Amino acid sequence: MDSLKCASCGKELCKGLWRENPIFFQVLGMCPTLAVTTKALFGFSMGMATTFVLISSSLVISCIRKLIPPQVRIATFTVIIATFVTCADYFLKANFYTISKELGPYVPLIVVNCIILGRQEAFVSKHGVAKSLLDALGMGIGFSAVLVLLGSIRELFGFGTIFYYKILGEGFENWVIMALPAGAFITLGFLVGLFNWINIRLRQRRNSA
Amino acid sequence: MRKTIQMISVLTIVGLVSGAVLVFTYKYANPLILDNQKSEMEEAIFKIFPKADTYDKDIIEDNVVFRVKEKSGKLLGYAFLAQGNGYQGVIKMMAGIEPDLETLVGIEILESQETPGLGQEITEEEFKAQFKGLTTSPEITYVKNKSPERPNEIQAVTGATVSSSAVVSILNEKIKAIKEKLKEQ
Repeated sequence: MDSLKCASCGKELCKGLWRENPIFFQVLGMCPTLAVTTKALFGFSMGMATTFVLISSSLVISCIRKLIPPQVRIATFTVIIATFVTCADYFLKANFYTISKELGPYVPLIVVNCIILGRQEAFVSKHGVAKSLLDALGMGIGFSAVLVLLGSIRELFGFGTIFYYKILGEGFENWVIMALPAGAFITLGFLVGLFNWINIRLRQRRNSA
Repeated sequence: MRKTIQMISVLTIVGLVSGAVLVFTYKYANPLILDNQKSEMEEAIFKIFPKADTYDKDIIEDNVVFRVKEKSGKLLGYAFLAQGNGYQGVIKMMAGIEPDLETLVGIEILESQETPGLGQEITEEEFKAQFKGLTTSPEITYVKNKSPERPNEIQAVTGATVSSSAVVSILNEKIKAIKEKLKEQ
């Protein structure tokens, strides 16, 4: 069983935030990343929905992982994930109707988000409850943070606002391209480049030290 | 053999539990979702007819028509749902028409997935306001890059002719159908 060693727990939580970030490092979940980040709020909602599904399915699967026969594990994971996705979808429709309308089909599509099934396969099926939860939380926060960042940049240049709060003055002409799919690709490209650049600089500094 | 039974039983149990969870979620969420949809439509009706007090829902074949009434019971006009394909997805709207079926009272876009910043401008007040008081015969048409001259014309959103013309043609089609059905009665 897992012993709650704080050092290793912190590692499980933090790796999703930067070093193994689901979007920048693993390059998974590109479909929602590109599609729903026209505005910061949509990125945030999508991130929260995905994090909820990730945490709940990790919790359930890590509890019952020893009972699942390896031959049917993918089928079992998919059923469990799909259940939580449907719950999240209904919850959004019932309580945040306008947001859910904007996110459209991308909430039900969390089912096929590789981050979730990928984490179950790569991590949860080999680790206990506590570590799996920390891993899911870290990955979820890492995913959400990138969506919000991407959404904020696109909303800022595409509409002059961030979270509907006016940032750029009247004189600013909105860059329509940023609100279009091309804007998502361009912004994501720059962000991944920045991520790699910072990582290289960090490594160089560590080597020279 | 033991393995097969284990596989079947695990999948069955997971499926049953998932089903049960979904039933409860549905029972909780569905009334709220229906409420949301209803209040969205009501909001649109009352926005088109600010003086409206009550409305009756009427279904004539495939057309949902709302008879909108004033407090005194006088008929203010008809509101109806219209939907069709836009540039990227379905455009769904509510439109209001006067009792004589010849003048539009206004439109509200309920759902649209047009290009943000271009086609999505059809949801802006500036575009929607053009439909107030538009005459419906002959059919509504649109003009590009100049001010409308005739009482059945609107100006298309610059750079979004497809979205604008979609709104016009969805409206025309539905108005035609509604006119026929209501006159039959």
